[in-house]
Amino acid sequence: MSLLNTMPEFMVTTKVDEMLNWTRKSSLWYMLFGLACCAIEMMQTGGPRSDLDRFGAVPRATPRQSDLMIVAGTLTLKMALRTKVLYEQMPDPKYVISMGSCSNCGGLFQLAYSVCDGVDKVIPVDVYVPGCPPRPEALTEGLLKLQEKMMQEKWLVRSTGESRPALA
Amino acid sequence: MDTAAIYSKLKERFGDAVLALESEDAGDPAIRIQPRAIVEVAAWLHAEADTAFDCLTNQSGVDYPDRNEVEVVYHLFSYSLRHTCVLKVGVPRDNPSMPTVDPVWKTANWMEREVFDLVGVVFEGHPDLRRILLPEDWVGHPLRKDFVEPTEYHGISTKRESML
Repeated sequence: MSLLNTMPEFMVTTKVDEMLNWTRKSSLWYMLFGLACCAIEMMQTGGPRSDLDRFGAVPRATPRQSDLMIVAGTLTLKMALRTKVLYEQMPDPKYVISMGSCSNCGGLFQLAYSVCDGVDKVIPVDVYVPGCPPRPEALTEGLLKLQEKMMQEKWLVRSTGESRPALA
Repeated sequence: MDTAAIYSKLKERFGDAVLALESEDAGDPAIRIQPRAIVEVAAWLHAEADTAFDCLTNQSGVDYPDRNEVEVVYHLFSYSLRHTCVLKVGVPRDNPSMPTVDPVWKTANWMEREVFDLVGVVFEGHPDLRRILLPEDWVGHPLRKDFVEPTEYHGISTKRESML
């Protein structure tokens, strides 16, 4: 506050889209969706050492308060249907990070009868994080990539085709 | 008490219901039991003072198409006497039906559901014989050797297109 008090006439010039995107990307609440061992790494990423909170990303336990779904782990066909329901329960605009080989393509278990070969068969994915499982650094990188992507979005003029297809 | 001694005791008590003692080169020796007699044999092994098998460690199902048989395997353990025993029961593949041992060991409840789910053995008298791992609407029993993987599940294709 002391800085603002020294500048009572403080003013910033920016674009509306950039300001909107900056506020959105700085409070990405992610839904806990740990399905397998990747969830352990996701917990580490949210923990004090890697601290995803410094980018404004905090875990939520319900899809209705989430902006981002981090699908962490092996997605079975049984779970795939639930994943779709949970994704549909999230309010727009919503994003998905596919974390780890299993979530990307079925990974080690892709030939199994019960495994869905990639979460992108069920819901649209914004960022794929490779690894088995990815280290916290990799997931943090994935979140930063998603933030970069969010900064490119246009909200005032959507007819340019710049916005995500899922939002149209 | 080792498996051979348990086998001779069982043979003495149950006669023809106890089929054979199988000593394989690899793995534990096993006692083969008639499907219809399994509950009596199990209850007796549980109650008898010098066998006292109070724990069903594992119950599993194996499909043998060349023998036209589904085999249910019981791994028993006694906490008080520290000995183990393996029982095997074969049921025909086209009508895999046998009694449940749920009244003897409560833990059999879920393990029999798993055997039913994956190889399709129907346990008569089971209090709650539903699928336990796969979805309720799954078709077939995937650990049968002739199981054919469906091409899709609720509109989700199960085939991964090659990226190359």
